[in-house]
Amino acid sequence: MPAVSKGDGMRGLAVFISDIRNCKSKEAEVKRINKELANIRSKFKGDKALDGYSKKKYVCKLLFIFLLGHDIDFGHMEAVNLLSSNKYTEKQIGYLFISVLVNSNSDLIRLINNGIKNDLASRNPTFMNLALHCIANVGSREMAEAFASEIPRILVAGDTMDSVKQSAALCLLRLNRTSPDLVPMGEWTARVVHLLNDQHLGVVTAATSLITTLAQKSPDDFKTSISLAVARLSRIVTSASIDLQDYTYYFVAAPWLSVKLLRLLQCYPPPEDAALRSRLTECLETILNKAQEPPKSKKVQHSNAKNAVLFEAISLIIHHDSEPTLLVRACNQLGQFLQHRETNLRYLALESMCTLASSEFSHEAVKTHIETVINALKTERDVSVRQRAVDLLYAMCDRSNAKQIVAEMLSYLETADYSIREEIVLKVAILAEKYAVDYTWYVDTILNLIRIAGDYVSEEVWYRVIQIVINRDDVQGYAAKTVFEALQAPACHENLVKVGGYILGEFGNLIAGDSRSSPLVQFNLLHSKFHLCSVPTRALLLSAYIKFINLFPEVKATIQEVLRSDSQLRNADVELQQRAVEYLRLSCIASTDILATVLEEMPPFPERESSILAKLKRKKGPGNLPDIDDARRNVNGNTEHTEKTETTNKSSFSLVADLLPINRPRPASSSPIMLSAGTMGSTPSFTDLLNLNSTPTAGASLLVDVFSDSSTLASVEVSDENFPRFVCKNNGVIFENQLLQIGLKSEYRQNLGRMYVFYGNKTSTQFLSFSSSVTCSDTLKNHILSTSHLIVPSQLLHFSCGAQVQQILNIECVSDFTDAPVLNVQFRYGGTLQNIAVKLPVMLNKFFQPTEMTSQDFFQRWKQLGAPQQEVQKIFKAKHPMDTDVTKAKILGFGVALLDRVDPNAENFVGAGVIHSKNTQVGCLLRL
Amino acid sequence: MGGTSGLVKGGGRWLISPEGNAVLIFKMQFMLLFSRQGKLRLQKWYVPLSDKEKKKITRELVQTVLARKPKMCSFLEWRDLKIVYKRYASLYFCCAIEDQDNELITLEIIHRYVELLDKYFGSVCELDIIFNFEKAYFILDEFLLGGEAQETSKKNVLKAIEQADLLQEPRHEYFNVPVY
Repeated sequence: MPAVSKGDGMRGLAVFISDIRNCKSKEAEVKRINKELANIRSKFKGDKALDGYSKKKYVCKLLFIFLLGHDIDFGHMEAVNLLSSNKYTEKQIGYLFISVLVNSNSDLIRLINNGIKNDLASRNPTFMNLALHCIANVGSREMAEAFASEIPRILVAGDTMDSVKQSAALCLLRLNRTSPDLVPMGEWTARVVHLLNDQHLGVVTAATSLITTLAQKSPDDFKTSISLAVARLSRIVTSASIDLQDYTYYFVAAPWLSVKLLRLLQCYPPPEDAALRSRLTECLETILNKAQEPPKSKKVQHSNAKNAVLFEAISLIIHHDSEPTLLVRACNQLGQFLQHRETNLRYLALESMCTLASSEFSHEAVKTHIETVINALKTERDVSVRQRAVDLLYAMCDRSNAKQIVAEMLSYLETADYSIREEIVLKVAILAEKYAVDYTWYVDTILNLIRIAGDYVSEEVWYRVIQIVINRDDVQGYAAKTVFEALQAPACHENLVKVGGYILGEFGNLIAGDSRSSPLVQFNLLHSKFHLCSVPTRALLLSAYIKFINLFPEVKATIQEVLRSDSQLRNADVELQQRAVEYLRLSCIASTDILATVLEEMPPFPERESSILAKLKRKKGPGNLPDIDDARRNVNGNTEHTEKTETTNKSSFSLVADLLPINRPRPASSSPIMLSAGTMGSTPSFTDLLNLNSTPTAGASLLVDVFSDSSTLASVEVSDENFPRFVCKNNGVIFENQLLQIGLKSEYRQNLGRMYVFYGNKTSTQFLSFSSSVTCSDTLKNHILSTSHLIVPSQLLHFSCGAQVQQILNIECVSDFTDAPVLNVQFRYGGTLQNIAVKLPVMLNKFFQPTEMTSQDFFQRWKQLGAPQQEVQKIFKAKHPMDTDVTKAKILGFGVALLDRVDPNAENFVGAGVIHSKNTQVGCLLRL
Repeated sequence: MGGTSGLVKGGGRWLISPEGNAVLIFKMQFMLLFSRQGKLRLQKWYVPLSDKEKKKITRELVQTVLARKPKMCSFLEWRDLKIVYKRYASLYFCCAIEDQDNELITLEIIHRYVELLDKYFGSVCELDIIFNFEKAYFILDEFLLGGEAQETSKKNVLKAIEQADLLQEPRHEYFNVPVY
């Protein structure tokens, strides 16, 4: 290298850097920097125009200061000025400063783009490259807007230099990643694919990355790349190592390109063409064979490059998941790596095997390595490798080895690194549940988990064990006995107290026959832990006590005495105090029957996906987890519930919400005490007792009603259950409960609409102080939709049994909107204030006016709507089989005109309409 | 498995940044060079992040990597990413890649970059990179662009840099028109 290249004459910069390095303290450094900043600022502000060299030097100094970790808030303009210099080094420093420091600084971006534009047009390859590098480095949306259509032209132009093509390819890749909507597909895409055939391997390397990214976006457009990629790969893997000259890296032919090609092929399923497929299989076999050959060099770079290609090939084999021989060969190869002396290879083998474990072809082959993996868990010195071993054990676990794997994980947990304990706990909990044949083993495992790593047992885990015990009556007695024994330990974890409190509260009666675990013994045992526990646990224990009163009348007096003590009744914590007061009152005034109903055993929980699994997924992100469907398990052990499982899984209620409801909408019911009894069947009332998060004033706890005859409702959940039904129709019932039915009838013309609201009293008593109002969210109110002329007939104030009253709403669409207004209804019924909120089905499509047009008209307009913001495409799986008549009715109901014989494809539905609002009219076209 | 197991099809997947913003993440996220003392010598970000986020990531990662023992493996999971790092003399080279990316080839990306620096400076040392940080950036841009290998031939990368160096003639005042 020429000596001049270093430092390139910026002596001032070198001196400054030396000064900084010589600073003895942080303070001295800051002082020196501030001095320099002041100097540069004065130079930039000075009257004397700076020459290019000085500007470059100062900009470079600012850059250095920034890289030291200081903020730089000036100099941007000078850097931008450098772009227009025709001295290469000045331009280069200008671009570097912008690449490092400019985060789409809007007032400058225009100037920067201007500089870039000039350089792109310069036809000077060095300048073009600088400009392209800058776009690729900054990659902002503004740059994409300015250059996304220009760069494809440069990329495929016949006279573009190879080095510029390379930069252009990756520049486009970056823009496509940040603003995929701005990169236009077109005629150039076919020519880009042919870059895979380019003579220059550097061009192929860059182009392969670009094609991979584009193929992920629109696979169909790049299908032709499959055969080209296979051909290219085949030539590389069969080449002698010297053939590729400088693209051979430590005796491995073009490792980067090979990896990229294998990656590109992972965007697609196995090739359908038999010849192509066998050629690819040959390539993969060759790569696997090479792994068995003696190394051509002892250098680690050689083995790394070779194995990088091998691992990528294995990824492709796993992705295709169709060639059993290849899968098993891959597994055997990884098996060898499991005991390799290189830590890196052991790590990667464990990682890669995780994915192999999920293939039906190689699952068994992976399982043969169980002893090696368990050994790795015990002996690896690096926690990240042990973590991989845990993952693999988790992935290879099935019914046949679950007990062994869970036992090994539990024993590893005792010494495991703190950083991975929680994850192991979750995994053990999931495996124990998933593969439990006998649930006593499950209960033992979870209690062991709490014993070994109680601090890492999250709420999800102990909620889940309770859920399962509640739902499976064959294990309840065992669970009660086991927690009772576990609680004997002098120091047991608070999580165990929670589980113990809950289970004994529910099922303590199952072991009460034994004098060693009589009701009083159980109570004393639980209460001995009480004072050591946190508030939520104490609250739970109080609930367990009231359950005891119901289960064992003989301990009622003892428990009442505890509840009556000052430490409970006057507890500083409002939740504990309230529970003590209410439970005490309840136990005194309620009859045995009522007590038995209120404190009945918990009904089974609805089926749902394990919240533990959800938590693990959150923790890990998508990746090495067994399939969710597979892991979803019916806790009841019944198969006939599958359908129900499906539906509850879709609803995203977590278990937390069930056990500890935070804002449960109050069931509408009349008399307070009936409320508890009436809802017993459907909503578990005990959950309300456990409601730790509610503030007493919110009135969410049902027992409040025992003492107060009216409670105010803070917030009411807006009902929108029936809302979607009104997308394609205008009439129907929007809301219904035991008391009230609300029906709707509406008509729309252009931008105006009228809605008739019918209220029906379903009860045999009068509703008092009936009132209703319509509210719109702020955005809706201000500039989108106005509702006017709210007519409230006077008879609405009180309306009697069986009666129906009507209300008229006038609606005007001012401009487009997405939200919907809410109808609030309030009335008194039997002394309680009822509050109902219903989302009114006022949607944008209601203001559609159907439009008829010919095929020619339609497609002409269709093509005009090319801009991204004018077009929405949505692909979805039909939930029901397609029925032409139903679909037609829906489209008509949606508001557009159905145009027959317009689309060349008879299967497609075509619609057209105009949305009317006060301000504008918007035409809409639809193809389904 | 599959090419795209991310949440967003194509391009990358969403990562929640320390400040709670969702950021689209790609193949190579960033590359950091830092010294044994934890001083950052070079940073290259292939994802748009705020300065604050960059600083936080750098601080955390430098700490994590420096705490590792010599014989440990070169890969580690960190947040949602995989970190591939290697130490050369007093400098740590550290890349963050996406979940399904190839660790070994990334390790060799690092090595090739070190070779390029070495060849350019003639047995490179930390001081070369401190005093000629801009060159270190230029070489990296020729080799890696947008987080992807642009040109893996050592000869070709160095040729490009050499050509650029020929264009810089600060002493020759009249040498205004670039030649190639």
